[in-house]
Amino acid sequence: MTEMVDQVRVSAIAEKVSARLQRRYAIEKRFRLYGITSIVVALGFLAVLLISIISQGYTAFVQAEVQLPITFDATVIDPDGTHSKTALSSADYASLIRTALTARFTDADDRSGRRELMALVSQGADLEIRKLVLDDPSVIGTTRTLWLPVAASVDQLLKGHMSRDADKGGQFTTRQLAWIDDLSASGNLKARFNKWLFTAGDSRQPELAGVWGAVVGSFYSLVVTLALSFPLGVATAIYLEEFATRNRWTDIIEVNINNLAAVPSIVFGLLGLEIFLNVFNLPRSAPFVGGLALTLVSLPTIIIAARVALKAVPPWIREAALGLGASRLQMVMHHVLPLAMPGILTGTIIGMARAVGESAPLLMIGMVAFIVDVPASPMDPSTALPVQIYLWAASPERAFVERTSAAIIVLLCFLALMNATAIYLRKKFERRW
Amino acid sequence: MQFFILVVVLLLLAAVGFRMGRGRALKVGGEKAAALHSLPGYYGYYVALWCGLPAAFLIAVWLSCEPFILQAIVVDSLPAEARTLPAARLSLLLNEVRQLGASGNYLHASGDIATKAAEHYRTLRAVSFGAMAVLALVLSAIGCLVGLRYINPELRARNRVEGVVKLFLIASSTVAIFTTIGIVLSLLFESLRFFRMVPVTDFLFGLDWSPQMAMRTDQVGASGAFGAVPLFAGTLLISVIAMFVAVPIGLLSAIYMAEYAHPNFRSVAKPLLEVLAGIPTVVYGFFAVLTVAPFLRDAGTAIGLSIASESALSTGIVMGIMIIPFISSLSDDVITAVPDSLRQGAYGLGATRSETIKQVVIPAALPGIIGGVLLAISRAIGETMIVVMAAGLSAHLTANPFEAVTTVTVQIVTLLVGDQEFDSPKTLSAFALGLVLFLVTLALNVVALNVVRKYREKYD
Repeated sequence: MTEMVDQVRVSAIAEKVSARLQRRYAIEKRFRLYGITSIVVALGFLAVLLISIISQGYTAFVQAEVQLPITFDATVIDPDGTHSKTALSSADYASLIRTALTARFTDADDRSGRRELMALVSQGADLEIRKLVLDDPSVIGTTRTLWLPVAASVDQLLKGHMSRDADKGGQFTTRQLAWIDDLSASGNLKARFNKWLFTAGDSRQPELAGVWGAVVGSFYSLVVTLALSFPLGVATAIYLEEFATRNRWTDIIEVNINNLAAVPSIVFGLLGLEIFLNVFNLPRSAPFVGGLALTLVSLPTIIIAARVALKAVPPWIREAALGLGASRLQMVMHHVLPLAMPGILTGTIIGMARAVGESAPLLMIGMVAFIVDVPASPMDPSTALPVQIYLWAASPERAFVERTSAAIIVLLCFLALMNATAIYLRKKFERRW
Repeated sequence: MQFFILVVVLLLLAAVGFRMGRGRALKVGGEKAAALHSLPGYYGYYVALWCGLPAAFLIAVWLSCEPFILQAIVVDSLPAEARTLPAARLSLLLNEVRQLGASGNYLHASGDIATKAAEHYRTLRAVSFGAMAVLALVLSAIGCLVGLRYINPELRARNRVEGVVKLFLIASSTVAIFTTIGIVLSLLFESLRFFRMVPVTDFLFGLDWSPQMAMRTDQVGASGAFGAVPLFAGTLLISVIAMFVAVPIGLLSAIYMAEYAHPNFRSVAKPLLEVLAGIPTVVYGFFAVLTVAPFLRDAGTAIGLSIASESALSTGIVMGIMIIPFISSLSDDVITAVPDSLRQGAYGLGATRSETIKQVVIPAALPGIIGGVLLAISRAIGETMIVVMAAGLSAHLTANPFEAVTTVTVQIVTLLVGDQEFDSPKTLSAFALGLVLFLVTLALNVVALNVVRKYREKYD
């Protein structure tokens, strides 16, 4: 009798347990699903970000140019025949382009027609011709077929970013559209590699704007940052790991380093503005000052990485060196530091990569001005690549959206290259003890 | 450029000093240099240090004093009517003089006084540099000779050289402290000037922020409103949205990665997630403006919501994306640090994996996770470029995520980019905001680091 009851009770419990087990397994499955979903979502964000930037930006690597037979008319360029630099510099080169264009499109015979025709060509096209003449005055008097930049709006039209329809934001008259079609059909207007993007500084004209000035500015800042933060960071790490005894003083230093690693970068910008610019009167907008500010940003990263690398060197290396009669400094310099160097370099490259992408402190010290010239020294005013991206992103023209994305692609390529070097170093020299 | 040449010449001199010191040591050391206390190279370094250090010291002192001395001389030589200008105008004039003098191009000078002073300044600078260069070179040569004279077999050259190197190591390690002091002093100094014009309580508890109004130099005091509460609220709103995105996604990814994922999957997915952390924030800002904000606006219109194109929501979401890898890698570390015996115990009692995670692993790792989240919040508060590009400029006190709000960092950037007047509360208020930002992030970091440190070794 009792056996029966027990059996009933047991089977009831078993039923309950197996029912609960189903539920518990369902929960288990769902939990797993949450995990995998969140990874997919996070990677999805990454994919959307990269795709949206690349799809917006890849078109900026080519740019429409127009092929025109330009006659270097001596009576226009150099009426006195002196070939003097001032005469050549100030000549009216735009009229050469106008002559070439009106010769091709004879229907642009009135004043507004000529203006519409000239609106197709970039406002900087005459500077290209001037450069050619200044480089080689012997071209005067000859006729050459040149590829010249067109206005950004023409470029956008050809890339399909602008409507032909004036009601939908198109900027061209029917006459201009006919000219553009004629030039494209004859192969005189087509997309070519955008050399300005890689050789020019900033410009108000999107078709002439490039990242080179910003890249050079970034390079100078980076050199200053590296020259300061690498020795300082490694020296600090060596002192803390190899020499310092744990006491109040080293505790203070460590707490400071850990806190600096988490201080918002804009605060370093405020420090730079107050100390470097206001107290020491260093020049505004200079990559040198930018490098100083970025040194403060990247120093904690380098110190922490260098300490980890030094810690990874096994103690018996040190004991063996000391046992053979080396001094502590000899032990560090001849044995520990060389063994830790791959790790330190990896950390340094990662710190530098962070500094390259950093822009907030640079805004504070004024590296955010509109600067056309490529800086010739670390003391010249300049921008940096991420700041250039920020500046272009604020420009309303469609052509600058494209160029912003292209600049981002350039920046991401640099970062990828630096990180790949770091990974390669780590893989190649990583040593297990 | 000239300076660069001077440095190179000094380095060459030091190299010559090294050769001479080493040679002399070998000479006085006798047969195979056996009588020497140290290796011959150390005598070389000893002389090189004598050669370079005094000169380097002189240059450092000279360069840090030069601006002040030159300024005093230039001010002295100004005509009386310029010298009696009010301090702000005088400093403007001096700035111009410095710039003109540095470029050597007086075409855009504001007047005769500026041109004259700039020419004076330029000659003074040239003289000063020449004097410094000559003095440094002489000092270097003298140092070299002194060092050489000291060399004898009993000289403990290695100990001397190592002492100098150790001093350098110690000095380097104090840079971190000096940076902190520099931050505190520069923020505090300008903030105190600001609080002299605007009371602290008005700043911290005022509900109205509009620094752009009524700002002319001769109108100090007739300032706009400097109540920072709308900025704090905006910063908080965006950070909270960011945390709502980042914490669940980051934490769940970390759990999956640490507890479930196959090593192969982990070795691909983890670096990919960390790519998100390596992308510069200016790129995230552009992404928010270009893709996320228009998408949200259109989606909002489709379901009848009006979402501003600079809404806190889009900014917060993008900031959240940026912070995901931060949370996931910190949580991953603490989850993998939970000892396996705890998991085995739970499995032995019949728990499923998810039950083990939820009831054993996460509670054990919780202090570390909380520390990580606190660090992430401090990063969200201090993040600049995303909000500068994607958040609004005008301060509204609202908790509605569909509206545009502004943040502390946005205001610092807008107040300091462009013309700065260090006597108007408009410019100075940026430093007060910076001080608040610094103190809040500092507090969060200290708390986070303590939480992490206190509970980290509990199971070891």
